[in-house]
Amino acid sequence: MSDHLPDPILSVRDLRICAARQHQILHGVSFDILPGETYGLVGESGSGKSVTGLAVLGLLKRPLAVNGGALYFKDRELLKLSARERRRLRGDRMAMVFQEPMTALNPLATIGRQIAEMFVIHRGMGWTQARAKAVEALENVRVPAPEERARAYPHQLSGGMRQRVMIAMALACRPDLLIADEPTTALDVTVQAGVLELIADLCRAEGTAVLLVSHDLGVIANMCQRVGVMDRGRLVEEQDTRALFENPLHPYTRGLLAARPRLGSRIAGQRGRLTELDQVVTASDRGRDAPTLVTPRGPREEVTA
Amino acid sequence: MLHFILRRMLQMIPTMLAVVLIVFVIFSVVPGSFISGLMSEGRNATNIQAMQHLNAQFGLDQPVPVRLWNYVTGLLQGDLGISYRTREPVWNVIEPRLWPSIKLALMAMGLAAVVGIPLGFMAALRPGSIFDSATMVVAVSGLSLPEFWFGLLLMYVFALQLGWLPSFGYQPGSLQHIILPAIALGVSPMALLARTTRAGVLDVMNADFVRTGRAKGLSEPRLVKAHVARNVLVLILTTMGLQIGAMMGQAIVIEKLFSWPGIGSLLVDSVATRDIPVVQGAVLVIVVWFLVINMLVDIAYAVIDPRIKVG
Repeated sequence: MSDHLPDPILSVRDLRICAARQHQILHGVSFDILPGETYGLVGESGSGKSVTGLAVLGLLKRPLAVNGGALYFKDRELLKLSARERRRLRGDRMAMVFQEPMTALNPLATIGRQIAEMFVIHRGMGWTQARAKAVEALENVRVPAPEERARAYPHQLSGGMRQRVMIAMALACRPDLLIADEPTTALDVTVQAGVLELIADLCRAEGTAVLLVSHDLGVIANMCQRVGVMDRGRLVEEQDTRALFENPLHPYTRGLLAARPRLGSRIAGQRGRLTELDQVVTASDRGRDAPTLVTPRGPREEVTA
Repeated sequence: MLHFILRRMLQMIPTMLAVVLIVFVIFSVVPGSFISGLMSEGRNATNIQAMQHLNAQFGLDQPVPVRLWNYVTGLLQGDLGISYRTREPVWNVIEPRLWPSIKLALMAMGLAAVVGIPLGFMAALRPGSIFDSATMVVAVSGLSLPEFWFGLLLMYVFALQLGWLPSFGYQPGSLQHIILPAIALGVSPMALLARTTRAGVLDVMNADFVRTGRAKGLSEPRLVKAHVARNVLVLILTTMGLQIGAMMGQAIVIEKLFSWPGIGSLLVDSVATRDIPVVQGAVLVIVVWFLVINMLVDIAYAVIDPRIKVG
C-alpha cells in the first residue's frame, strides 16, 4: 500500500486451500492486518472465513490443506516454519477463540488448570505460580470470584462465563494477534455485547490485533476498522467499515447488507416480501459477481494449478 | 459417598433374590436329583426306603415353596445351606475357591488392560496406518477365538512343546501356574479393550477441546497426556467394568481346562452331581462379584468425572 502505514502484523498473500487435493475451497485470498487493528471477515456460511482463520493458526484438519500462497506473521513466513516453530507461536504470539464455548473446554479439568497450562508451556512456570497467574487472568476478563471460578469445572459455568474463560486463555500470553471465530454466535444476545466489549477493551489495552470472523454484520460494524467480504472462497471486497456500510461496491456485499433483518421494519407496516431477484440463479450458471442469497456450501471446482 | 455405597448395596438385594429364585426354580424342575444319581450308581434295583430316608434328611420331601422359604430365610441369616456331597456348609466349600477365582480374573483383566489399552491408543494416534490395521486384525481375531481352543493351543505350545510353563494345576503364590490360564481368559477382553480404546481415542481427538489444546500450542504427546487420556478413560471404564464383572462366569471353561480350583470349576462339578446348594452358592458368588465390580466402576466414574455427582 503506502509507506506511511506501519508494517502489518499479519499478511495473507494469495492464500489457497483445497480439500482432498481436488476441490478448491479458497481461491487466493489476500489481506493485511495492521498492529492493533481489528479486521473483520464477513460472509455467509461456507464462504471460507473460518477456514482462513484456522489456516493462519495452522490448525487445518485433513482433508483440508493449504496449497498455495504465503502467510507472513511479523516478517516470518509461517508456511516455511517447522511444525515445532509454528506450535511455539500458537497460543503464545497468536491465539484463537472459538465459536462453541460449551465444548471448547476440557470437561474433566478445572478452569484454573486449563488457563494455567498456557503459562506452563509458554512461560515455563511451575504449576503453583501458573495457577496464581490464571486467577489474575480470570480477574482481567471480569469473571466474578475468580479464585472460586478457577477451581470450578467448565460444566459449572454459563456459556458467557466459559467464553470469558476462553478469552482469558487466549490472551494469557499477550499475543500479537487474536483470531476470534464467531466468538458470540453461540451466546445469548444479552451476553454478546459484554463479551465483544471485553475483547475490544483488552485488545485495545494490549495493542493486540484481532481477526474477527463473523457473519453478523452488526458485530462487524461495532468492532472492526476494516472489513473484508468473502464469497465462495474469494475476498470480493475490502473497505473501511464505515465506507462499506455506506457504499457497498460489490453486488454480493449489497446482497449481504440487504439480507440484514432491520429493526422496526415490521412495525412500520412494511411486512413486505423478501428481496426478490429478477431471475433464478443456479449454482452452475451463477458467475463470480452474481448477487447471491442462496449458495451451496463451498464451490466445487477442479484444481487448476 | 458412604451413603451412596450403602444405597447401592441395598439395591443389590432384589437382584440377588431374583437370581436365587430363578436358580431355585430351574433346579427344582430339571429331571434328576442328587439322590437319584447316588442311588443309580452300580445298582439296578432302587432302594426305595433308603431314598426316602435321604430325601427326608435333606428336606427334599417337602414341597418346593417350603424349601424355597427355608432357603431364603437361611440365606438372609448368612446360611448358604449344606452341600449334599460333602455334608459341609456350602460356604466352607466355596470359600477356598474364592481367592483363586478372583486372582485369575484380576490377572486376566490386568493383562488385557496393560496390552489392550496401549495398543488401542497407538492404533488411534495413527489411524489408517499399517500398525492400526494390523492391531485391529489381531483384535478381531482375538475376539473370535474360541477360548478353550486358544487355551489348548497355549498348553500345547508353552507346556508341551517348549516346556516353559506348567500345563495345568494351581499352587498358591505360584506365578507360573497362572500365566497360561490368564492369557487364555484375557485374550477376548484385551481385543475388546483395544477396539474400544481406539474408538474412544478417535472420538476424543475430534472433540472441540482438543482443537483448543492445539490452538494453545500444546504438543501432541502433551495434549494426549493432559487432555485426551482422562476423557478416554471415562469412555472405556464401562467396558472394563463389564469385562471384569463377567470374567468369573466366563472363566468356567478355562478353569475346567486348566484344572484351576476356582468357582467356575466348582460350579461345573456341582452341576454334574446335582449338588444344588453348592450350585446356588456359586451362582450367587458370581452375581455378587458382578454387582460389586459395577458399583466400584460407578464410584470410579464419580472420582474421574466431576460432572457426575454421587450421594
